Amino acid sequence: METKNSVKFKIENMDFHYGDFQALKNINLEIKENEITALIGPSGCGKSTFLRSLNRMNDLIENTKVDGSITLDGVDIYKDYDVIDLRLRVGMVFQKPNPFPMSIYDNIAYGPRLNGIRKKSVLDKIVEKSLRAAAIWDEVKDDLKKNALALSGGQQQRICIARTLAVEPEVILMDEPTSALDPIATLKIEDLINELKKDYTIVIVTHNMQQAGRISDKTAFFLMGELIEFSETDKLFSNPENKKTEDYITGRFG
Amino acid sequence: MTKTTVPESHRTHKYIDPEKAHQRVKKRVMINNIAHVLFFLTIVFAMAVLCVLIFNIIKDSIGWLDWKFITGKLSIKPEKAGIKGVIMGSALLMAVVAPVTLFVGVATAIYMEEYSKKGAIHALININIANLAGVPSVIFGLLGLTVFGRLFGLGSSILAGGLTLSLLVLPNVVVASQEAIKAVPNSLREASYGLGATKWTTVRKVVLPGALPGIMTGSILALSRAIGETAPLVVLGIPTLIMKIPTGVMDDFTALPIQIYYWTLDTVLTKEYANLAAATIVVLLGTLFVLNSAAIIIRNKFQRRY
Amino acid sequence: MERITKKVRLGSRLEKLVPGLLLAIASISILTSIGIVFTLVVDASHFFKEVPLSEIFSKELAPLRSKDPSFGFLPLIMGTLTTSVIAMLVAAPIGLMAAMYLSEFVKPKMRRILKPIIELLAGIPTIVYGFFAYNFVTPLLMKWIPDLGAKNVLSPGIVMGIMIIPIVTSLSEDAMSAVPKVIREGAYGLGSTRLETTVKVILPAAISGVIASFVLAISRAIGETMIVTIASGSSKQFTTSIIEPMQTMTAYIVEFTSGDAGSGTIGYYSLYAVGLLLFVFTLCMNLLAKYIIKKYRREY
Repeated sequence: METKNSVKFKIENMDFHYGDFQALKNINLEIKENEITALIGPSGCGKSTFLRSLNRMNDLIENTKVDGSITLDGVDIYKDYDVIDLRLRVGMVFQKPNPFPMSIYDNIAYGPRLNGIRKKSVLDKIVEKSLRAAAIWDEVKDDLKKNALALSGGQQQRICIARTLAVEPEVILMDEPTSALDPIATLKIEDLINELKKDYTIVIVTHNMQQAGRISDKTAFFLMGELIEFSETDKLFSNPENKKTEDYITGRFG
Repeated sequence: MTKTTVPESHRTHKYIDPEKAHQRVKKRVMINNIAHVLFFLTIVFAMAVLCVLIFNIIKDSIGWLDWKFITGKLSIKPEKAGIKGVIMGSALLMAVVAPVTLFVGVATAIYMEEYSKKGAIHALININIANLAGVPSVIFGLLGLTVFGRLFGLGSSILAGGLTLSLLVLPNVVVASQEAIKAVPNSLREASYGLGATKWTTVRKVVLPGALPGIMTGSILALSRAIGETAPLVVLGIPTLIMKIPTGVMDDFTALPIQIYYWTLDTVLTKEYANLAAATIVVLLGTLFVLNSAAIIIRNKFQRRY
Repeated sequence: MERITKKVRLGSRLEKLVPGLLLAIASISILTSIGIVFTLVVDASHFFKEVPLSEIFSKELAPLRSKDPSFGFLPLIMGTLTTSVIAMLVAAPIGLMAAMYLSEFVKPKMRRILKPIIELLAGIPTIVYGFFAYNFVTPLLMKWIPDLGAKNVLSPGIVMGIMIIPIVTSLSEDAMSAVPKVIREGAYGLGSTRLETTVKVILPAAISGVIASFVLAISRAIGETMIVTIASGSSKQFTTSIIEPMQTMTAYIVEFTSGDAGSGTIGYYSLYAVGLLLFVFTLCMNLLAKYIIKKYRREY
């Protein structure tokens, strides 16, 4: 079934270099609104690099170069965006939970404060809204002053998701968000991701094909810097067009 | 998972106005750029201070620093004064400090890293060395005055000064040597034991040669600290004007930093003493430059051999 | 064969002696500490026996007055505190900004070039700074502050501040660089600028190291001797004016040892009392710094 959602990200002829090393070759891809797009592939295939190009996190690394174009709602994110503006619209959740060493409340309020929200009453509402949306409100509502580092890994990751939601982005990038978590915490996050789909566009890198199968609408398979196949998740897993994709998903790969 | 039933309106309500946020971004980026420049200026400031300091000292020394000044004897008359005896004093002082700190410092480091069993004594010495490193140098002067000067009857001789300075820079040498010894890979020690070598032989033939560049670097840096130290020597009671050129470690002496100190104080009498002080500072800084360059060269040449 | 056995036996005897010998040498550092404490306490005790506490905590310092000398240490403590505060007003902001710059704003390659420039400031002997303060900074400041004395606490305070910048920068930079990269990425991912990331996330995360660097810098300023001896004078008047001369505890020690106070007089013992005070001050500071680092070290 082809969805009628509009295109959020459009990536055309994209190359990516770390110094002399070409990490991505001629990537063409469309990411649609309110869908979950999963990026899979063996480690070092460029899927994380691709994800991090979408909110220009790679800008932080020296000697990187992006060619081709990536547009968000039709605007080139490398040429016509201030990187700060871009990141307000495109949030990111990382592999390892990385709450700031401060209280739960301050973690969530961090982003809104940057954007000029000073009023306690408004911040309170944003914090509650974000924590609820990240399905952790009930667990932490009584000790919002507690240091976020004191929480369990799964809770920390949901705090990080809430922190990202608090900035009210349109797109959320997730870089293997459950790889550092136990199975129960992983399931909670997966449920949460499904819930978030209603309001956000989600791009998720995962090393876990079952996870991609469970949560995503579309899946992109990367191999050695190339996009091998991109289609509906059901189709990609049940009836892959490319032999390499089939080898990978059936575990015959390397 | 407990399904949180959040009402649609609450869930999607936006509190941040994207347009305002966008306007703020411009302001935030500007503040960031201002801070960037300001932070960079701190480095410029450091460089500027160094340049101004060195420029002024060189300026004051011009016309005074010549071969006659370096090879001449001290004199009450500024225009006749030379610092041969002062240089000799510093040299003899270092002739005491270098072997003493090297011997004691390296032996302590070997004991700490190769012999002590990470127990109470090990911890005690480590804490002790860390604390000694933070004791003001003037306090070492009091120790030297009381123990070496009066108790041992060494007075204000080169030996008393040298031993005092040795204790002062000992922590530097110990710590540097410990680091250097730690950096020698265990596989080398094991190989040595495997060949039937005893512990002491292993230390002498394997560990020390491997750690030598690090030990040398640390020791040279410690020496360059010692050569510029003034307070402990002043506290020892070095006489104000010594005309005789010292030849042995029991002689009274003056050294570069002390002479700078006295000449700076004498600036009140006539401005020419400032020129003498400046000229002596150039000699001192020159010596430090040579020592530090040597340390850097040794470090770069032998770094990461393993 | 005989010779080899003999050599082995000699070697094994030496082998047994070595640890003991090394321990004996290693204990020199401990003896040094004991010596310092012993020296200060013994000689200071003569002083404390003779001089009542009420006098020590008075503002009247006249150690050389032949009739009824007075040993109020408040002027010295005031001098030490004033110069140290001025030094920190210079070193804390500049040192911290330099640390933030080196840790968060420049690339590693640039950092390796720039950090040594800051550290060069620590390699200049204090006597050179003393000369610089007295011969350059004081005359320079006089142009703006006509009432400034030839000896004053402002100029050596500033120069001492410059000298201790590297202590603040080095340790703060280490603490900030040690904050894990993922925390930094989290902040950037939320749309923080570099400055916001540095000030609102990295600095709070590294705060224990930063505070420890301040404490160590203060400790260093309190113990610094030559700059203040040369440039802030030996006035024993109690004053709060930074354009006037003051004497620090360290400068008092220098004045008294290089002066003529004979051994055994109260004046002579007073310098050990001041030394003890100084030792306790700096030791407390150094221990405090260690405590802060240990207590608030964050495990990520």
